[in-house]
Amino acid sequence: MTSATPTVSTDEPLELRTRHRLTAPMRDGWTIGKRNLRHFTRLPRLLVFSTIQPVMFVLLFGYVFDGAVSGSLPPGFPNYLAFVLPGIFIQSTIFRMTQTAVGLAEDLERGVVDRFRSLPMSRAGVLIGRTFADLVRSMAVILLMVAIGLLVGFRFGNGPLEAVGSVLVVGVFGYALSWAFVSIALLVPGAESTQSAAFVLAFPLSFVSSVFVPTESVSIGWLAFIARNSPTTAAADAARGLAVSGPVAEPVVQMFLWSIVFLVVFIPISVNRFRRLD
Amino acid sequence: MPSHDPSPGAPAISVRGLAKHYGPTRALDDVDLEVKPGGVVGLLGPNGAGKTTLVRVLATLLSPTHGVAEIFGIDVVRRPAEVRDLISLTGQYAAVDELLTGRENLLMFAELLHLTPSSARRRADELLERFDLTEAANRRAGTYSGGMRRRLDLASSIILPPRLLFLDEPTTGLDPRTRNQMWDVIRELVAADTTLLLTTQYLEEADQLADRILVIDNGRIIADGSGDALKDAAGGITVEVLLAPGADIDAACQQLRESGLQATSVRGAQVDLEVPTDADGGLATVREVAAALETRGIGVRDMGLRRASLDEVFLQLTGEPTDHAGDEEVAR
Repeated sequence: MTSATPTVSTDEPLELRTRHRLTAPMRDGWTIGKRNLRHFTRLPRLLVFSTIQPVMFVLLFGYVFDGAVSGSLPPGFPNYLAFVLPGIFIQSTIFRMTQTAVGLAEDLERGVVDRFRSLPMSRAGVLIGRTFADLVRSMAVILLMVAIGLLVGFRFGNGPLEAVGSVLVVGVFGYALSWAFVSIALLVPGAESTQSAAFVLAFPLSFVSSVFVPTESVSIGWLAFIARNSPTTAAADAARGLAVSGPVAEPVVQMFLWSIVFLVVFIPISVNRFRRLD
Repeated sequence: MPSHDPSPGAPAISVRGLAKHYGPTRALDDVDLEVKPGGVVGLLGPNGAGKTTLVRVLATLLSPTHGVAEIFGIDVVRRPAEVRDLISLTGQYAAVDELLTGRENLLMFAELLHLTPSSARRRADELLERFDLTEAANRRAGTYSGGMRRRLDLASSIILPPRLLFLDEPTTGLDPRTRNQMWDVIRELVAADTTLLLTTQYLEEADQLADRILVIDNGRIIADGSGDALKDAAGGITVEVLLAPGADIDAACQQLRESGLQATSVRGAQVDLEVPTDADGGLATVREVAAALETRGIGVRDMGLRRASLDEVFLQLTGEPTDHAGDEEVAR
């Protein structure tokens, strides 16, 4: 190149990082993740979805439903808020992950993903960045909900380690689940259909579970069976046991097993599908 | 710079029997194409003709139903990662991020192209300055005007100057200053040994920028040559005559035919009748028409030789008119 090419050429030679096959997905994921986190602060829709809605949920369940349900609570829970808040951590995380699907589907429609796919970057990087950013946002929202909960009378029943553990349980489960929603975005064409499909998954997943009521109170046999054995119940019981009261070891193990199953099933499906997007 | 050299002497683009079918629809129908390195090739066709499908296959975004496509000798299906080191996409194929600022866009793409952080920052500043975006660098790209967005788009696709750049309607709808700037950049890219594949549905854009024009329609390449060659092949040359006010056009045609000239009435705004000719006999025909009209006392206001426009070529090739260049760009 000569001095007659001032726009295209570079003043000084550009230095390139060395790149390793194994770390490239994480590096590229970090770059894309930063981009997605910036989006959260710049899209009003996402800010509302991530802050106002969870606050409303805490207040709604803490006050409105308290009287109706508190009679059928298991021992160890002074009020419905104590029972339901850890459940709402899980439930709201599931619904927040529908935004993972919608956000990715919108990127696909906009052509930004095409540019990413034409770059010499890791294929998995775009998806890792998306799930990573959604995990960060999810954790921030859970902390916000904890703060609101503490303001309206929620108290952790165990030590600080268990309290931190309950929040981590939500993070692990939410992250694993976000890959299921990534798969949906890649399998269902169009952002609007993706949103519908994501809600079809999110509703039964969050409500047929121990999130709002103990599974013993479900009267239909087969539904009770599903509720007892759903991944959401495992996650909600684990978070609840750590945060307030109830068994810990069994639901935590189940929650981890479910999370591993989600990751093992949906990461290959998603990455493979992303490679072959048409 | 690309980390490895492509096969020496290989064509920039080589496509053999390339097809992409969607059910019964043939978006690409057995396309053969070879593009030498260097220069600008225009891929011209109406919407839905197969331009986008061809570019998406060449850019490793879409796998073909059958056939072979190679970029500098590297197969796009079997070695896509290596192809991506050589290419870059702009325009409708690849959007900039509207929620990020101009600088953030450039830094993100620089990071994804593996520049070191200090190199990325320096290159971003350099490109912002050269594309007149320094003042807008910290504004979201969503607030940019069409021309600014186009400049940011092009800047982000040349962070590392690619060997092959896919350009989509780079100058359509731009103000003259921005358009000149885009032309400068395109010339610089060509001088720096980049091959450009320009896709457009605007004839004027292809005519002005491309050394070679491929016309694509219904998934097939139906014409291939320089703009001049296409004009010559399609319509040849006509002598156009505008008669004096009040002259009888049909009578004039009749009298020219009696002199052995194949005159037809046209009744256009600036043309009353035309006489076909060819590149070699153009002047002789002008002389004959002039002599015939003069001896019969028919007044003439204007007369000249005109080559077929690319519009006519296009109409003749595809059987449908295109939008005229210079129209407002269709909002995306």
